[in-house]
Amino acid sequence: MPLELHKEKSAGTVRTVTIGATKDQGGTRTRVLTLGGEAALPFLDFEGTLPHPPALAIDIRDRKPDDWSPLLYQAWGEAMQDPADWARAAESAGADLIYLGLMATRADGSPNDPASARATVRRVLQATSLPLAVVGPGQADLDNELIVAVAEEAKGERLLIGICEDKNYRTIVAAAMANDHLVQSKTPMDVNLSKQLVILIHDMGLPLERIVMDPTTGALGYGIEYGYSVMERLRLAALQGDSMTQQPMLVNPGEEAWKVKEAKVGEGVPPVWGDWSRRALNWEALTASTLVHSGADLLVLRHPDSLKRIRAMIKDLVAA
Amino acid sequence: MPLTGLEIYKLLPQTNCKECGFPTCLAFAMKLAAKQAELKGCPYVSEESKARLEAASAPPIRLIQIAGDEAKLEVGNETVLFRHEKTFYHRPGIFLHLRDTETVDRLKAKVAEADAFQIDYVGIRLGLDGFLIEAASNQAEVFAAAVTAIRASSKKALILMAATPELARAGLQASAGTRPLLHAATAENAAAMAEIAKEAKVPLVACADTLEALAELTGSLTAAGVEDLVLDPGIRGYRQSLHTLTHLRRLALRKNFRPLGFPVITFPGLGENVEEPLMAAEHIAKYAGFVVLETFDPAAIYPLLVLRQNIYTDPQKPIQVQPGIYEINAPDGKAPVLVTTNFSITYFSVANEVEGAGWPAWLVVTDAEGMSVLTAWAAGKFDAERIAKSVKTFGVAEKVGHQRLVIPGQVAVLSGELEEELPGWQIMVGPREAVDIGSFLKAMWPNGK
Repeated sequence: MPLELHKEKSAGTVRTVTIGATKDQGGTRTRVLTLGGEAALPFLDFEGTLPHPPALAIDIRDRKPDDWSPLLYQAWGEAMQDPADWARAAESAGADLIYLGLMATRADGSPNDPASARATVRRVLQATSLPLAVVGPGQADLDNELIVAVAEEAKGERLLIGICEDKNYRTIVAAAMANDHLVQSKTPMDVNLSKQLVILIHDMGLPLERIVMDPTTGALGYGIEYGYSVMERLRLAALQGDSMTQQPMLVNPGEEAWKVKEAKVGEGVPPVWGDWSRRALNWEALTASTLVHSGADLLVLRHPDSLKRIRAMIKDLVAA
Repeated sequence: MPLTGLEIYKLLPQTNCKECGFPTCLAFAMKLAAKQAELKGCPYVSEESKARLEAASAPPIRLIQIAGDEAKLEVGNETVLFRHEKTFYHRPGIFLHLRDTETVDRLKAKVAEADAFQIDYVGIRLGLDGFLIEAASNQAEVFAAAVTAIRASSKKALILMAATPELARAGLQASAGTRPLLHAATAENAAAMAEIAKEAKVPLVACADTLEALAELTGSLTAAGVEDLVLDPGIRGYRQSLHTLTHLRRLALRKNFRPLGFPVITFPGLGENVEEPLMAAEHIAKYAGFVVLETFDPAAIYPLLVLRQNIYTDPQKPIQVQPGIYEINAPDGKAPVLVTTNFSITYFSVANEVEGAGWPAWLVVTDAEGMSVLTAWAAGKFDAERIAKSVKTFGVAEKVGHQRLVIPGQVAVLSGELEEELPGWQIMVGPREAVDIGSFLKAMWPNGK
C-alpha cells in the first residue's frame, strides 16, 4: 500500500544573489558564488527546487588577531601573519568565499586607515580567485571610512561589504551602489527587524538581488535556539511569499562558537567537558550544522576542519 | 488531530436534552472542543461516536514511557513541526550502545563511567538517559548476564536489542521490575515479539526499511494488542534520514496517520559515510525520540546535550534568573559592581567569567524581561532608567564603599544617561564580551582584587 506523503507547496522562492564578478562581468574573479533560489525548506527537494547548496566561507583578518583560540593559531599557522597567505590557505581548505574582517587597529596598536584597507583588499584579491566579502571592525565611523575606500578600490568586483546595521547602513549602501557591490544586512535575532533593514536598504535604491540578510545567531549553548527559530520563521515566510524575507541568509557560527569558553580554552574548565580539541571543533561544527538545517545559505567558519566536516554533510544532504 | 466543535456536534445525539448541564448539544460540543467538558457528561452518545471522539482526541504522536530502576523517560506527544509554533515537549532520550560480547567487567566499567557523566549547563544538570544493550552474542544467558551487569552499575533506563523472541525473553527477565524498550519487531518475528511485549508490558520498537512496510508492521502489532510502539525506519545518510524523519513527523501531525504516530529511534553512528556527532545533531533538531550513540566521547556528548536543551527550550518562555544582586567569590565593600541582564545565558556567561577570573564582585542582575544585553537594549528593556532602578532597589550603595559601576560594553551609549540617573556614580564601560571581563578588571579596576 503506497503511502500518500505530505508535501508543502510554496508560494514564493528565495531571491538569487551572486557575489563576485569574472573578467567578463567587470571583475577579476575566476569563480562567482550564487546563493538562494530555494523553493522548499532546507534539503526537502521532493517538494521544490533547491538550486544552490549552502556555501561555506572562511573568516580571515587583515592581520593576525590577538585573542583567537590557540587551536585556530595552530590550524592556520604562519599564514595568519599575512592576509594574502591566509586567503590562499582558506582557498586550499576548500572555501567558497573569503570573508575578510578589517581590524580597528594594526599590530602596533595604531588605528587602521583607508590606505591600509585598500592595500590589503588589493593583495587578497590578487592572492585568491574566490569571491570576497569585506567587513569593517564594527565601529560606525571607522567602518564607513574603511569600507568606502575598499568599495572604491575593488569597484566592479561585486564584493559583499558590510556590516550594515540599523544604526549604520547608509554610507555602506551608498558605497555598494556606486561601485557595484553587495551588502550584508545584519539585525539582532528578530524577524521584523530583519525585514525592516532590508526594506530600508532597498529604499535607498540598492536592488534586492544585492542584499544578503544576516539574522544573527548565538553559539550552541549561548542562544542558538533564538537564531535557529528566527531563521526558520524567515525561511517559512519567504516560501509563503513575503517578499522582504526572501533574501539569502548569512550566519557566522565561526565567530560565535569560537568566543565561548567551551571552544576557546583548554585550561581551567571541568575535565568532564572532554578532549579540548574535539570539543572545540564539535562546538563550531554543531553550531554550523544546526544552522544549515534552519536555512543558512552562507556560513562563515573559522577552522578548516569544520569546513571539511560541514562540506561533507552538505554534500550528502543535497545528493539526489 | 483535534476535531472542531461542529465536527463533534455531528457525533452527538443532537436532542438538546440538557442533561450534560449545557443548554444545547452544540454548546456542549463547543466546550468539548475547548477541552472544558468531558464526553462522559453525555449519557446518550453512541458507542460508535464515542470511539471516534476518543480516537480523535488521542495525541497524534503517542507518548512512550520507559523506566530504569530509578530514572524515567517520556518521549513523543509532539504537536508541531517547528519549535516556534509552540514548543517541542519531550527531549529525545540519548542512549549509549553496548554489546554483550564484551566482558561483564568491561561493560560495568563503561556503564559506570557513562552513568557518572554529568555536565552543569546554566545550572541544569545534563547527562545520558540510559543504555542500549544488544544481544550480539546471540546467547540468552550471556545477554541476561550483561543486562544484570548494567543494572548493577546504573539506575538509568534500558533499551534491550534482541533479534529473537528467546533473547528478548532472557533480557526482559533480567530487567524485571523496570520498563525497558524492546528492540525490535520485524515483519518476520512480529507475532512472537508482540506476545512478549504484551506479556512484559513494555513498549516495542517496530523495525522496517520503508515507511509502507513500517506502517504495515505497526498495524499488525497494534492489532495484536501492543499500543506502545517506537519506530525504527533504519537510517543511512544525513539526507535519507532527514527526509524520512520529516515525512514521519508530517504524516503524524498533518495527516493524523495513526500507523506512524509514534516516536522514532535512531542510530546516528551506524549511518553510511556520516559523522556521529553531526548526524545526532540532525536527529535532535529534526524529530528523533531516542538517539542511540555508538561512542562515549564527552567532547561530543556535551555539545549534543546542550543542543538538545536549546532546541527543546520553550520559545515562549525565555529562561530567566531572578533579578537581584548576586555575590560572586565573597565580595566586600571594595569589590567591583557589574551590571547585566536577567537572561539566564547572559547571567551565567558573566558569572562564570568573573568566578573563573577569581574576582570577588557584586553582580547587579537587572530585570530585562529575560533578554540578552543587546536584544534587551534594542527592545528598550535595558536602559539607564532600569539599571538605575536596580542599583537603588537592590541597595548597592549600602553594600560597597565606592561609587563605581561597570556596564556591558555593548551598551556603552548608556553611560551618559546613567550618570544623570545615578548622580555621583562613575560609570565604567566594560568589555563587549563576558570572556574579557577578567582582563578588563585587571587593567581598569582601581586597587586590584
